[in-house]
Amino acid sequence: MKPFAYHQPGQIPDAAKLLTSIEDSKLVAGGMTLIPTIKQRLASPVALVDLSKLGSLKGITDDGATITIGAMTPHAVVAASRLVQTKIPGLAALASMIGDPAVRNRGTIGGSVANNDPAADYPAGVLGLGATIVSSTRDIAADKFFLGLFETALEVGEIITAIRFPVPLKAGYSKFKAPASRYALVGVFVAKFADGVRVAVTGAGPGVFRVPPMEVALSENFDPSAIAAIKIDNDGLTSDIHAEADYRAHLVTVMAKRAVDAALS
Amino acid sequence: MQISFTLNGRPTTVDVEPATLVAELLREQLNLTGTHIGCDTSQCGACVVHLDGLPVKSCTLLAPALDGATLLTIEGLQGAPGSNQMHPMQEAFREHHGLQCGFCTPGMLMTAIALATGKPDLTEADVRHGLEGNICRCTGYQNIVVSVLAGAAAMNAAKGE
Repeated sequence: MKPFAYHQPGQIPDAAKLLTSIEDSKLVAGGMTLIPTIKQRLASPVALVDLSKLGSLKGITDDGATITIGAMTPHAVVAASRLVQTKIPGLAALASMIGDPAVRNRGTIGGSVANNDPAADYPAGVLGLGATIVSSTRDIAADKFFLGLFETALEVGEIITAIRFPVPLKAGYSKFKAPASRYALVGVFVAKFADGVRVAVTGAGPGVFRVPPMEVALSENFDPSAIAAIKIDNDGLTSDIHAEADYRAHLVTVMAKRAVDAALS
Repeated sequence: MQISFTLNGRPTTVDVEPATLVAELLREQLNLTGTHIGCDTSQCGACVVHLDGLPVKSCTLLAPALDGATLLTIEGLQGAPGSNQMHPMQEAFREHHGLQCGFCTPGMLMTAIALATGKPDLTEADVRHGLEGNICRCTGYQNIVVSVLAGAAAMNAAKGE
């Protein structure tokens, strides 16, 4: 790896200041994406700003109608949380499917959401649940946060501090994973609220997206059969060594049905 | 930068470049070559170590993360304290032929021990799922799974005595 400076600020404003004052500096949370990216020389930051000394960013709190997960909370903690398992079992299940046990001990929800990998799991849960991304400066609705391939609404120096999830009536996640990387070839998160259903897809295209026809159908009848005949257009979906676009389009329907099944079980 | 941590029970202080991976630090600076680097892309698990008791991939961990932490590597495993015995999980791998070439074994052992700690009811499905991040190209996993189940039983029996 090329050398870089390393900063471990103790306060969020200090971290933000480092990020804005050092050009080509990068935040590092769990490092499960950033470190491989630097090793492959796809990124060459001159400085890393490590958030691990900010204890306030870890932990899960119950606010009644919502639960709030600190940005530095590792996937393994979310997966094992009794609170998340009780209130949003679909989200605990999603966290348990990310990577492998060692990756889940390091990787964090904030890092995953900020990176917005097109095949990451958390963006599907965050968009599917209509969560709120809480940053050092503002609250951002999930619908306005994910802007496409590795792109988000975050400004330079803006740091995610937590994600606030509304508690749904039911929610489920299902993914077809790439066997080596364990990223989602296609993953679908389905959440049922009193005022309707949300369906979010990861892995299929250049960024996480919703499927309005499935949302309408499931709002009328929350059953896998309601969406069995709904096929999404493969135009704009990803084709790569793992799967062609039309196969990914097919998988969206299959995974959506399984996600509804998971939500109902 | 200077970092201080507990390595296999001993207080350790080293000077490192921040852009040093823990796997590199262990193998090249501290001469602990039991931790292997296989894929170097955090998929194969040959480099698994325990950071504050949790299994992590040391090829995807920067040295500064060790500061103030407790690190356990394959070299730190032991049986009964003060004895010359191997760890019960190592014994189980030997007894049940849980390795062939041995390259993946340090990572398998570290993952297996984390998986088995405090889990007396570990099932075969738990083991197969728990080894998801450790790749073996020799055994077909069958004897590894048998070894982990036997090692888990031995570890938890030893705890219960």
